[in-house]
Amino acid sequence: MNLFAKLYYSLRKAWKAIGLYLVIAGPGLVVMVADNDAGGITTYAATGAKYGYHLIWFLLILVPVAYYVQEMTVRLGAITKRGHAEAIFDGFGAFWGWFSLLDLMIVDWLTLVTEFVGMTAALAIFGVPPWITVIAVILLMAVIVLNGRYWTFEKLALLFCALNLVYIPGAFLVHPSVRDVLHQGLIPNFAGGFNGQMFFFLMANIGTTIAPWMLFFQQSAVVDKGMQEKDIPWGRFDTLLGSIITVVVAVFIVIVTGTVLQGIDIDDAAQAAHELMKTDRYVGTLLAIGLFDAGLLGAICISLASSWAFGEIFGWAHSLNTKIRQAPWFYTTYFLMLVTAGLVVLIPHAPLVLITLFVQVIAVTLLPAALVFLILLLNDRATMGERCNTLAQNLTGGFIVVSIIILSTLYGFSVLFPSIFK
Amino acid sequence: MSAFRNLFAKIRAINAHYHEPRIEMSRAVRLSLRVLRVYLLALVALIVYKFVLIVTQG
Repeated sequence: MNLFAKLYYSLRKAWKAIGLYLVIAGPGLVVMVADNDAGGITTYAATGAKYGYHLIWFLLILVPVAYYVQEMTVRLGAITKRGHAEAIFDGFGAFWGWFSLLDLMIVDWLTLVTEFVGMTAALAIFGVPPWITVIAVILLMAVIVLNGRYWTFEKLALLFCALNLVYIPGAFLVHPSVRDVLHQGLIPNFAGGFNGQMFFFLMANIGTTIAPWMLFFQQSAVVDKGMQEKDIPWGRFDTLLGSIITVVVAVFIVIVTGTVLQGIDIDDAAQAAHELMKTDRYVGTLLAIGLFDAGLLGAICISLASSWAFGEIFGWAHSLNTKIRQAPWFYTTYFLMLVTAGLVVLIPHAPLVLITLFVQVIAVTLLPAALVFLILLLNDRATMGERCNTLAQNLTGGFIVVSIIILSTLYGFSVLFPSIFK
Repeated sequence: MSAFRNLFAKIRAINAHYHEPRIEMSRAVRLSLRVLRVYLLALVALIVYKFVLIVTQG
């Protein structure tokens, strides 16, 4: 009887904890899964096609990398009740504030264009013309954000996050050899030797794992959700769970393309879906659906990151808990970004490849600055109090930040001057 | 025209509000910001160089 009572008590406690988590869950999960955007899917598909399962171990290393960086935004947002843009303005003055805000706007807009490229390419596989995709996406995103409740937006975004898991059944459909996945994937190795091209792929994978908009989005989302200092442990768990899911999805994409498309040069995820259609129609369809979902989720988060940032600085009402009449400029910025980015994709002969490359270069100018500010703000004892970074957190976070800065800079160089790593 | 005037007035107000950095400018913070400035200037110079290269070489 005593055993049953204990079991019942434990189950109730666990159920209560799950219930509490479901209330707090959101920003970490959404930002991490949205990180697997159209560009991310392309990178993982290309990695699998090029190196098979051999770089899975490297993707697993990215779990703590993504977690450590994003966890800092949870603490900063919950304590200061300010988004990242406002925190930079306040902490470092107008010069660095404007630099970050304008750079964020440019990076976000260019990234939005790449999300539309991914979404139109994904639906083109099913014969949907690009203009219909663009209009449908804008309408769908209007429905998601214009309901006047952050809670509804977040739960709808989580639904799209769940759709991102289609790559998992996709991987089972191609019947990979589990033994090969474990042997080749989990033991650190550099298939074919550590050369320039391998280095390029490693940098591209890091570049897609940490993007500047993610810092701005999660911190603003934490504030808009109204998370308090007491919610930080749940926010951390949410971020950890999100970083695990995002890497698991990436691993399954690598397994799909590593099994079916090994040896084929993949330039974009839509091409991978086309190639998969030839071998397995269902897997190709799943990849195309996943690509559309990734682009959509990325577009929702990226446009919000910008409009939150502008609202914070210009003092406009900037919450998803407001109606369009209460926060007209917040929603205007959101839709202006969205519509203009969508229109670019419809322009005949628009330099979309150039834009895709340019995103990576411009992101390199913003990411180091945003990360350095993040570490400095987390060391501001006057604001952070007991939640200030400890020495261990500074050493770990500092190492990760310096590594990301060096690698993303080299990645930017390799995009600017492709011959240097060959 | 008045919309632009309002916008510039707002920007001036923002600049005045955030004129002084609130974070204590310790040596470490100063050094970090200085290194960041040099890094960004070098990066912008490199991007401009690449742009010129694309324009001149087609």
